[in-house]
Amino acid sequence: MIAELGHFALIAAFSVALVQMIVPMVGAWKGWSGWMAAAPPAAIAQVALVAASFAALTYAFVTSDFSLRLVVLNSHTDKPMLYKVSGVWGNHEGSLLLWVLILSVFGAAAALFGGRLPATLRARVLAVQASVGVAFYAFILFTSNPFVRLAEPPFNGEDLNPLLQDPGLAFHPPFLYLGYVGLSMAFSFAVAALIEGRVDAAWGRWVRPWTLAAWLFLTVGIALGSWWAYYELGWGGFWFWDPVENASFMPWLIAAALLHSAIVVEKREALKAWTILLAILAFGFSLVGTFIVRSGVLTSVHAFANDPERGVFILLILAVFIGGALTLYALRAPVMQARGVFGVVSRESALVVNNLLLAVSAFVVFVGTVWPLVAELAFDRTLSVGPPFFNAAFTPFVIALAALVPLGSTLPWKRGRAKAFRVMGPVALLALAVAGLVWAMQTGRSLGGPLGAGLGVWLVAGSVVDLATRTGRGRWSDRLGRVTRLPGADWGKALAHGGLGLTIFGVAALTAWQQEGVAVLDIGDRLDVGRYEVELREVEQVQGPNYVATRATLAASENGREIGLLYPEKRVYPVARMPTTEAGIDSGLTRDLYTVIGDPQTGGGWAVRVYVKPFANWIWGGAIVMALGGVLSLGDRRYRVAAGARKTRAEGVPAE
Amino acid sequence: MRALLLMLLLAAPALAVQPDEVLDDPALEARAREISQGLRCLVCRNESIDESNADLARDMRVLVRERLVAGETDAEIVDGLVDRYGEFVLLEPQANGANLILWGAPLLLLLAGAGVAAVHVTRQAKPGPDRLDAAEEAQLRDLLDETRPR
Repeated sequence: MIAELGHFALIAAFSVALVQMIVPMVGAWKGWSGWMAAAPPAAIAQVALVAASFAALTYAFVTSDFSLRLVVLNSHTDKPMLYKVSGVWGNHEGSLLLWVLILSVFGAAAALFGGRLPATLRARVLAVQASVGVAFYAFILFTSNPFVRLAEPPFNGEDLNPLLQDPGLAFHPPFLYLGYVGLSMAFSFAVAALIEGRVDAAWGRWVRPWTLAAWLFLTVGIALGSWWAYYELGWGGFWFWDPVENASFMPWLIAAALLHSAIVVEKREALKAWTILLAILAFGFSLVGTFIVRSGVLTSVHAFANDPERGVFILLILAVFIGGALTLYALRAPVMQARGVFGVVSRESALVVNNLLLAVSAFVVFVGTVWPLVAELAFDRTLSVGPPFFNAAFTPFVIALAALVPLGSTLPWKRGRAKAFRVMGPVALLALAVAGLVWAMQTGRSLGGPLGAGLGVWLVAGSVVDLATRTGRGRWSDRLGRVTRLPGADWGKALAHGGLGLTIFGVAALTAWQQEGVAVLDIGDRLDVGRYEVELREVEQVQGPNYVATRATLAASENGREIGLLYPEKRVYPVARMPTTEAGIDSGLTRDLYTVIGDPQTGGGWAVRVYVKPFANWIWGGAIVMALGGVLSLGDRRYRVAAGARKTRAEGVPAE
Repeated sequence: MRALLLMLLLAAPALAVQPDEVLDDPALEARAREISQGLRCLVCRNESIDESNADLARDMRVLVRERLVAGETDAEIVDGLVDRYGEFVLLEPQANGANLILWGAPLLLLLAGAGVAAVHVTRQAKPGPDRLDAAEEAQLRDLLDETRPR
């Protein structure tokens, strides 16, 4: 009964979205304020209905209602409660329901907080947002209905994929979806602005927080996924350039570009057409990502051919929305006249370079991701594009970007001189010195370590100097007082750029200086890796709620000094018939000691694997700092003051 | 039940490089690791044979090591595997034929983007025309006439 109510609520939400798509759009076109005013209540009704539908599905999972096909395929009575709930979105149908839930939440937020937007713009934004909703409701109802019942319910379910039964992955999809769907807001604003035919500072000020929110959710989501892969897949890899990862990374890159170009629109009323294009592309890449993940086309062309219904549907959504938006863009973009003019050496130009590097790197990832498909269809070559390609093709963009960030952020708006870079001189010296020191200290000949360390220092110290210059002149005590009162956006910028430095350093350090050892150990045997020694103390069988585990007790020591005990496990989930590894990790600021227990060997003993992973946590720590920067920037009170006010005239000053 | 679980435990796949595979000669082993990291496990999803738990990956790792011990060069070993499994086995796509599009894409995209950006930035940075056009002249005259005391 509850499931039927959920199904019904979803159909009702679909109908409401249809109304919200058409009525306000016509109203804005004809200038009928009554029709335009229909948008906000419709958006709020939509969120209530989808939330009810989502709650119904969650109820079915929590109560293990095995008359629902989806629950049978993805749940089991023995599963811990957390994973019963996360199982709701740990599958295709449920994850799409989460998708539309978040979409409707964003729509309702725009309806509630958009009171100061011009009425026509708000009506159009909400109508475009609803049209995205309509497409996805139709997709769910016609191809991926989560509420399908079984005629003969089984006694128990088939359990959730054990790899997904993990706290890191339980929250990974919601964050990613908040990011993808947040970009739909930027898309709706872009399309609405194209229809309106005007983009101004107020528009930029409206788009930026949505993009910022989407970007920061994507950052957290990607970091969670990477962290999960690190500790769960059994050898500590943190990024694989898998199509599914790339699917989330491309929108992140474009969103980062959009974030920066929206600043130029907001502050200087330049780069308008480009910003609109980025907003369309950002959501376009989100849809491409959804297509890649949901159709399975890149894992296997054949899987797609066997069950093309869903893939074709998403491809159709992609074609209609992105094709439609780009056509509209081609027709209307010339109307977007830039007001602000800027010199070749200026903050604006620096942000153009930032956008160039981010956008091109996103397209490089895209080309690499789809190339196996293109090569097979067009050139009849079955090939792989793996990490070696991406590392070679993508890394130069990261290095260039990191090298330019502190320089670009010192330039003044409108027109600057290269003299402005002088303030970063000491930072450059420090970075070079650190890189040289690291080069001299390391044993290997790898260039990655020193480069990563140098860039990390360059970005972090550069952010500190940037923040310091914002406090003006005067006594240090005065400036220290002033730095705490700087706007949130300044702090956000410093943290985000510094966080990037931490992540770059973490990636470089881990890649360059990892050590590993593998051996067959009997109880009491030891294995040396670098300065560390691990002794196998005990191996026992442990019964979990829905798995059995072989758990080893390892005593770790560093240079003879005891660190502590580690408990790596090898689990088997009998219902899903899948094994997983649970690494035993001793986390630290400068290194992780990462241990894995393998199989019992025929001659006795167990295979034990030990990795020393230097600065591993800095990778995700940096991502958290970046996201924190996003949060601070979002909290900037300038967004709340006069957020909707349109300036009557922009003070564009031509550069001489 | 216990017997079943034990069986499942034993049947669980091995984990990446096993201790018994490791070669005694560290230099050869290092070469084996490097080659393995560039070879795709054919039955897995985007994993190299160095990382993979699959039986096929293990067989390939052992094969690579046997060839190394037999004295083949890295290139000979990789070529042999490409002959057997096709270029799908290479994680780094070959730089030939249509793949040149792939390898050229980053530079071409960057140059194209940089060209467009440079033209846009320099063009808009130029100050606008110094002279007013005819319509603007007329408008200016009207404005001046309006404000001129009569």
